[in-house]
Amino acid sequence: MSMDLYRELILEHYQYPRNMGDLKDPDIHHHDKNPLCGDQVGIGVKLDENKVVDIKFRGQGCAISQASTSILTEKAKGMTVEQLKALTKDDIQEWLGVPLSPTRLKCALLPLTVLQAGIYKKEEENPS
Amino acid sequence: MTLDIHRIRQDFPILDQKIHGNTLVYLDNAATSQKPNSVIQAITEYYSKYNANIHRGVHKLSEDATLMYEESRQKIQRFIGAKKSQEIVFVRNTTEAINLVAFTWGQQHIKAGDEILLTEMEHHSNMVPWQILAQDKGASLRYLPISPEGELIVDDLDVLLTEKTRLLAITQMSNVLGTINPIKEIVNKAHSIGAKVLVDGAQSVPHMPVDVQELNCDFLAFSGHKMLGPTGIGVLYAKEEILQEMPPYQGGGDMIRDVTWEASTWNDLPWKFEAGTPNIADVIGLGRAVDYLNALGMEQVLAYEHELAKYAINQLEDIEGLTIYGPMDKPRGGLISFTLDGIHPHDIASILDQQGIAIRAGHHCAQPLTEKLGAIATARASFYIYTTKDEINQLCDSILLAKKVFHL
Repeated sequence: MSMDLYRELILEHYQYPRNMGDLKDPDIHHHDKNPLCGDQVGIGVKLDENKVVDIKFRGQGCAISQASTSILTEKAKGMTVEQLKALTKDDIQEWLGVPLSPTRLKCALLPLTVLQAGIYKKEEENPS
Repeated sequence: MTLDIHRIRQDFPILDQKIHGNTLVYLDNAATSQKPNSVIQAITEYYSKYNANIHRGVHKLSEDATLMYEESRQKIQRFIGAKKSQEIVFVRNTTEAINLVAFTWGQQHIKAGDEILLTEMEHHSNMVPWQILAQDKGASLRYLPISPEGELIVDDLDVLLTEKTRLLAITQMSNVLGTINPIKEIVNKAHSIGAKVLVDGAQSVPHMPVDVQELNCDFLAFSGHKMLGPTGIGVLYAKEEILQEMPPYQGGGDMIRDVTWEASTWNDLPWKFEAGTPNIADVIGLGRAVDYLNALGMEQVLAYEHELAKYAINQLEDIEGLTIYGPMDKPRGGLISFTLDGIHPHDIASILDQQGIAIRAGHHCAQPLTEKLGAIATARASFYIYTTKDEINQLCDSILLAKKVFHL
């Protein structure tokens, strides 16, 4: 039986998500949902000298979208904004380490889309 | 006479295949049904033997194609008990049928201050066209509420139907709850205050006997692909006198009587509403699907689905942490929406897919209803004439497996 999609890493992050919660006065904040399935993710980021010093999320949805968010928040700590902007679906797929159908890939990519949209929103508001 | 399910299954070539190494268990019939050999052959035959444009040609192929196309219309007329074949308009699907009414009859009859009454269990296709129309005209929408058991609170019609109500648009069978609504009684109430009634038959026409004269509804919309027919073909039924008054939906070829440089006059019913070359092959395919359903008998189809729904509820109820939505102890359509504590519907659907079982997960194009049910999404298993009780057992086994995968 192939249940690769639900390998322990994903279930563990889904059932015990890291960095769940809210940040006071985040430097970056964005919330969005996947209109097809209703999965929701909101991510807040605290920066210091353009580096992520804290990151928190709130979300509801499937194991893939929520585990992907939890893993992303772990990886993002210590990254620069430029590094966050350079992340692609390949990074997410590598971190999750499971084969994803096109539909489930959308679930997995929701947090990255939200995080990068938050960065662009901030850059539009405060062009440097 | 009961249905011979194993005989029926042999008519559906798609069922005989493995998905991820397991025999396909197709439980997504509320989204679209599978097609019997006779429908697939009807389409192939048209393209390989008498493909031609209809109504205009005087050559043999065109005459054959026209005959088959119009014969399908008559089959559908008889299938839903319409008085005349002129009352059957071919469109792409239920959604287009409803949009046609909104953009023609609606544009003509809905004015500022008017009310359109919908219900809380409508599919987006029977909400959004009315939202667009109401915003355009300055009219307002009202919703007939549902009870916690997932049934319409019909008594509230006495308050919600007012002298401002021009139209009641209502589904006959909910695609989320499986509820079958008492359309005849509701139509009577709406007519008593002078409102017209549009019935969304997308889920009902494929699964139960529907007679438009008995229901006395003014409009009925349904899709071919949910009733063994091809995709891309649907039907709008409307009473002849209403269709006569309605302006055309689209202008173009075939829908005209006379065209001058300045203006045109319209063709007779129903062609006034069928501009351009229609979906000939799929109309013929839909006619063959109706033949197939008639041979089984819609009373038998409904009885079998009631039986399947009851069986599925009994089996699913025993699973700890599983919540079923919709009426539990009344005859309902053959579809069950459910949630499972600790596992999102999408994950249930993915795990079931690995077992070869196709179900749907999401808000099923009824987002406000899903939210009202207190869920962000639900999983839905929906049945049809080829569904077996053994497949429902496999569904339950795989749900138990999903719980195991999630350590629940």
